[in-house]
Order: sequence, then structure tokens, then C-alpha cells
Amino acid sequence: MLSIEFLLNALIAGLLLGGFYAAMSAGLSLSFGLLDVVNIAHPAFIIFGSYLTFYVNEHFGFDPILAGLVFAVPSYFLGVAVYRIYYNCFEKTGAESLRGLVFFFGLFFLIEVILIITFGVDYRLVRAFYIGKSTSIGSVGIAYRLFVPFLVGGILAAVLYLFLTKTFFGRAIMGVAQDSLAVQLMGVDPIRIKTVAFGIGIATAVIAGSLLIIIGPVEPTIGREYIGRVFAVTVLGGLGSMTGTLVGGLILGVAESFTSSFFGPSWALAVSFGILLICLAVRPSGLFGR
Amino acid sequence: MGRIIKHVILGFALLLAVSIAFTPAAQAAKEVKIGFSMALTGPLGPAGKAALLAMQIWRDDVNAKGGLLGRKVKLVYYDDQTKPANVPGIYAKLLDVDKVDFIVSGYGTNLIVPALPIAMERGMVFMGLFGLDANAKFKYNNYFQIMPAGPDPIVDWSRGFFELAAKQKPRPKTIALLSADAEFARNAVAGARRNAKKFGFKIVYDKRYPFPGTTDFTPILRAVKAANPDLFYVGSYPGGSVGIVKAAHEIKLEPKLFGGGMVGLQYTAIQMNLGKLLNGITDYWFWAPEKTLKFPGIEAFLAKYQKEAPKQKLDPLGYYLPPFAYAYVQLLGNAIEATKSFDQAKIGAYIRNNTHSTVVGDVKFGKNGEWATSRTFQVQLQNIESNKMSEFSKEGKMVVVYPEEFKSGNFIYPYAKGK
Repeated sequence: MLSIEFLLNALIAGLLLGGFYAAMSAGLSLSFGLLDVVNIAHPAFIIFGSYLTFYVNEHFGFDPILAGLVFAVPSYFLGVAVYRIYYNCFEKTGAESLRGLVFFFGLFFLIEVILIITFGVDYRLVRAFYIGKSTSIGSVGIAYRLFVPFLVGGILAAVLYLFLTKTFFGRAIMGVAQDSLAVQLMGVDPIRIKTVAFGIGIATAVIAGSLLIIIGPVEPTIGREYIGRVFAVTVLGGLGSMTGTLVGGLILGVAESFTSSFFGPSWALAVSFGILLICLAVRPSGLFGR
Repeated sequence: MGRIIKHVILGFALLLAVSIAFTPAAQAAKEVKIGFSMALTGPLGPAGKAALLAMQIWRDDVNAKGGLLGRKVKLVYYDDQTKPANVPGIYAKLLDVDKVDFIVSGYGTNLIVPALPIAMERGMVFMGLFGLDANAKFKYNNYFQIMPAGPDPIVDWSRGFFELAAKQKPRPKTIALLSADAEFARNAVAGARRNAKKFGFKIVYDKRYPFPGTTDFTPILRAVKAANPDLFYVGSYPGGSVGIVKAAHEIKLEPKLFGGGMVGLQYTAIQMNLGKLLNGITDYWFWAPEKTLKFPGIEAFLAKYQKEAPKQKLDPLGYYLPPFAYAYVQLLGNAIEATKSFDQAKIGAYIRNNTHSTVVGDVKFGKNGEWATSRTFQVQLQNIESNKMSEFSKEGKMVVVYPEEFKSGNFIYPYAKGK
């Protein structure tokens, strides 16, 4: 049972899964990690993305990844609109802590209901030439169904990292995260910056949704399964750090895979969250947090 | 003048009496109200909505023939959101506020159990829809469950899988068991565990996976593969079933017999997505369009269901739950007609002591309210060539390989040969 082959396969499966977790959490890392907006509805936007992908895949044969990228653009504007509502109703009046949280909870359920009414409650899946196929490198098997989301997730995290560190606008977002008042004194409107950042977060959630439906079937309420995971990845990696989000996702993925492989899947989630708790005890700001 | 006033008053009184007689309330009093909770949202929502449609078709069929004992049938229902905690409140409302005449259960063991004490307390007949041994602790004699699991449901559920395995030569020796960490799947695998011991198969892997909460099954199935079992029995729910089938193909997991208690493989949307990947899998089944399963009324019912289902975005073929959802109210209706009574005790005794002809075949209940003999089919998916829906409405694709009396084709063994 404890062969090198088995170990390597468990490691690769964990890394592939972790890449996907990172993709799911990247948007939350922006909104929660950098902007202090506790967007609990983030997984619902992911499922929204899954359903948009399903629709164009089912009716027009769109590739799921392409669909995710195309829908990311209008989703950005949806995110902008959501943030404007949140800002005007809660943040502006200083009522964002509790009432803002309730707002995102409400949004979560609203999205679920819209999906139920529009698409029904059945499980939905997509088709693509790479789903169901796999390849092997030596004795290590790689399923394309998991490799494609891993790849896209990695690229997404890298692009966001470069955007945040190398562009003026990205640096402005980081600036708002560090000291909103200082940014304002430099003549930059922090609300505009936060609006754009939140929009980007929702756009990445929709892309992550297209990855989720490649991995497995979705139904409107499946987002609830991922609330804990996306927040865990964001906190484990360190709030606002894209590198941390990627590493946090990989750690959780590998932990789940190793636990499932060696000790039984029942313990997988407990071990993942145990790692999070240990990390918070030793390093409260997360692995790459400041 | 006095006579005129008297006539006017009389006229008004008559008018009032006539209008009261024709008010909706008076009309409603003539209806037979059947109340139930149903999972219309949440994890069991897809199946629950399909069940509701089936029950509505039965209601329309009955009402078209004049109703039950001359009274039209009305269904009164509330969404339990697949949450057992919602169920007691719903049934209390149905009985105390809506004043329903009969109650039937919602879909699934977890949602039947919370309603059973209420049915017992009120002494009401309680028809169950797909509960696995829900009456084990209550032992209520007016509970009747329509899923054909059999008198010892936990064990009977998987008996066919093991009987098939035991007949193969060379006889398989080892088995892996995997279940979702939820009541139905745990029960199904608990029964499989007992069957494994009874049939002498050595258990080499026996684990549960978190449900909900498992995104990828590859590491789990690699551990199963490392244990190298001859048989692989899985108790899973739809999302997990899809993940397990895909991961099994990706890592080339090829036990000699694979399947057992995988919920979801019976759903058309999932069948259409998995297509050829289903070939060779042997799983529990309740109905398929096979020549041996053409029970009276089933095709007429399915024609009505399949006409309406796409409009409501439900399972378009509806072979899994809908026929049984139709049958459990059909059976109650037939009992009311046969006893010519709305008396709960009389109806309960009639259901208990007779064999009932329904769209899912003849049904006879045993002492615990389960079917007197198990009729859980083992179906092997064979010759699936495409992902089209028409593929799954043909004979010869979902081949009944157990039990012998309903067998519609030959069992292909081992699994790899049927892939």
C-alpha cells in the first residue's frame, strides 16, 4: 500500500485539487483579504458561473473554459454593481460589519433561488473533449478533468499576482488594503479602487465556476459545501496574498488527498481544517500574510 | 305589506343558503385532502419535484374518473427543503390547520422518520416513499413503504449484488466497501457488510467519504485500487456517483464487479453525461424499459410524465422515482375505493392484508410495512454507445440481471469485459 507510486499519485492528485481550490479562492482573497469585504456569497457566484457555463455548453457547445473567460467580462460589471449597492447601503454608513454580512448571506440565497427557478434543481454537467480522459507520466496518472482546472487556476493566480504587484492599478488596490486614507491623500479614490477589485473578484469566481463544473456535477445549493474551504484557503495563505492563496490551496488539496489515500476519506476535511487551526495558532496572519 | 317583507326575508334566506352551499369552503369539504411534505429544494429537490409531478398525474387521473368515493382529490403539500427539522412542523400544520384527510410521506428515509411519530400519534395510515428501514424502531402497523427493498431492507438492498457475485466462476474472494457519510448510504453499506460476511467475501477496504464535501474521488479510488478487491460495492449520492465513475475510469480501476448502491446512475441527466462510462456497472434499480417490467399502467403513466417533465425541467424519462411516487398514492386511493371508507383503521387493515396491483407491479407488504419480499433489481448497463437521451429509453441498455424472474438479458462478467 505504501509504495512510491501510490505516494506520488496521491501527491499529484492533491496538487491538482489544490490548484482548483486556489482558483476558487483567488477572488475571495481580493475582496476579503485585501478589501475587508466579507463576501460570504463568493461560492454562490462560483456556482452562478458553473450554470452560465452549463447553459452555453449545453445549447451552443461552448468549451467550459472559454465560456468561463467570456462570462468573466459581464460578471466583472455584476461585481461592480454588487459592490456599489454594498458600499452605499452598508460600508458608507459604517454598518458593514454585521448588516453587510447579512447582505451577502441574503445574496447567497438569492442567487440559489434564481438558479433553482431558472435551471431547476437537477444536477448539471458539461461535456468537453478532455473530460473523462487521462494520461500517465511513468506510473503517475493525470486526469485532464483535474489537470485543466489546475492549469487554469495556476494561471489565474499568476495573472492576479502580476496584476497586483506590477501594475499601477494593482498597486493601488494593495495601497487601499494597507492604508485607505493615505491613498485618498494621494488623490486616488479608494472606493473606485475597491469597486474595481471587487468586480475582478467576482469575475474570477465565475471562471472558477467553469472549472468546478468540469470536475463534477453541480446543483444550485452546492456552493454551501465550499464556504469553509474558500475561507480556509484565503486565511491559511495569508489575507490578500495571491502566492499565499495558491500555496494555501495546494496545502489543503495535498492534505485532503493524503488523508483520503492513507487514513480514509472521512478524516480529510478534519485534517485540512486542523492544519488551518495549527497555522493560525503559530502564525495568525497566515503563511504569506503581513 | 307584512307578507311582502316575509317573502323578501325568505328570498334572502334562500339566496344565502344557496350561496353558502356553493362557496369554495363547502366545495372544499367535499374534497379528499392528501397532505405531505416534499423535498422541492435542497439535495433531494430534483427527485422530490419529479415525485410531486407523478402524484399530480395520479390526482388528475383519479379526478378524471370522478375522484375517490365521489370526492375529488386535492394534494396539500409544503417544501421541506430536504431538511428533516422542517418535517414535524409541516405535518402538524397539515393535520391541524389544513385538516387533511390522509397523509403520505415526503421522499427519503431522513424525511420519513420525523413524520412517523405524528402519524402514529394520530393513528393515521402513512404511506412511505423510498424509506430504508424507517419503521425499524417505531414498528407502526399502518406504515407502508413503496420502495421494493424487502422485509429486511438494509440487507435485501444489496443481496442481489452479492448473489450475482457468488455465482461467478472463479468465485470472487475480496470486496471493497465505500460509502458516503450519510444515513442512506451508510445503511446500504452496512447491509453490504453483512452480506459480505454471509457470502464469505473478505473485506479489504471499508471507508466512508464526507458527504457533502468531497470534490475529487481520485485519491480514494487509488486507495481502493491498491487494496485490489475483486468486488467494489459503493453507497453514494448523485454527485459522488458521477465523481466515482469518472475517477474509476481515469485511474483504470477494474474490479470484477462494480456498483451496488450508487444513487444517481438512474437519473437521465447523469446517464446522458456519463454515456459509455456506465457500461459494465451493476447497480440497484427499480424500473427500466425492459420487456420483463411492463406492468399495467406504467407506460401510460410515463407517457404523461414525459410530456410534462421537460416543461418543469425535471428528469425527462423519470424511470427512477416517479413510477413509485405514482404507485404509493395509487395504492392508497385503491384501498379507499376497495374499503368504500375513509376510516384509517379499515384502510390500514386492507393495505396490510392484500396484494395490490399498481403501475410498479404487484405489491404485498410484510409486517414492518416494507415489501413482503424484496424486488430490488440489479441492472447492468450494457451496450451504451452515445450520450443521447434516446439511448436510455431503449430496451437492452439497462439490463435486469437479478432477480431471475425479471431477468431481461445476460450478465457480463467481469466488469472490464462489459466496459
